[in-house]
Amino acid sequence: MRDRMTRGSRRRFLAAAGGLAVVTALPLTAAAQMNRTQPNNMPQVIARLVGQSKVNPGRVRLNLPPLVENGHLVPLSVTVDSPMTEADHVKAIHVFTDKNPLPEVLSFFLGPRAGRASLSTRVRLADSETVVAIAQMSDGSFWSESVHVVVTTAACLEEL
Amino acid sequence: MAVARIEAPKTAQRGQIIEIRTLISHAMETGYRRDYLGKPLPRDIITGFTCTYNGAEVCRAVFHPAISANPYLAFAVVIAESGTLQFTWTGDNGFTFTESAAISVV
Repeated sequence: MRDRMTRGSRRRFLAAAGGLAVVTALPLTAAAQMNRTQPNNMPQVIARLVGQSKVNPGRVRLNLPPLVENGHLVPLSVTVDSPMTEADHVKAIHVFTDKNPLPEVLSFFLGPRAGRASLSTRVRLADSETVVAIAQMSDGSFWSESVHVVVTTAACLEEL
Repeated sequence: MAVARIEAPKTAQRGQIIEIRTLISHAMETGYRRDYLGKPLPRDIITGFTCTYNGAEVCRAVFHPAISANPYLAFAVVIAESGTLQFTWTGDNGFTFTESAAISVV
């Protein structure tokens, strides 16, 4: 008799706990969906930049931390393999993201006077997203690297 | 008034590639935030940066709102002769700021 009572209450407890889990899980998923940023028009913006050319993987090294705690200040650096001579140099380095409100981050225009195709800066990331760096060479070719970054505290979500 | 910091060596060897680090104070208001009344805050960012060496352009950058507050930019320059590096930032609401650094070839 006693055994059955405890079994019954355990069953009731488990049912209640399960119901509670469902109730708490629902608003959480709703909140997660609200905070999830939509992909922006990065593919179209990149297509407009490169036109008919093909974007080749390689020659570009994009350095970003794989896990970012604060999306407001993410160190980013790009280096491109190039002799940086008058005949063969990097003309521009473009950085894009796929989930920020705007896909463009930075465009950097350089030439043989730079001596080395490298830049570093700090960027804002609105979500866990893919960052793409595209280098435009003096011969008209495009090279790129993309890196996926996990962001725990996103930029752009807070209010004053 | 903005404050800019430039980290550049004072001397270099002829033909040496040196690294320049620049930092300027600016809020870089994205235009996507709202104030406590829900009113959108207008965009106010630095949109352009140019570096020249003895008048010749070394590099140029276009910034978008995804650049963090107080924009930092580091890049390389070939030092062919003694001279002056000039840095110019331009932005929304008529923002403009110029800083320079002298480098002598030893």
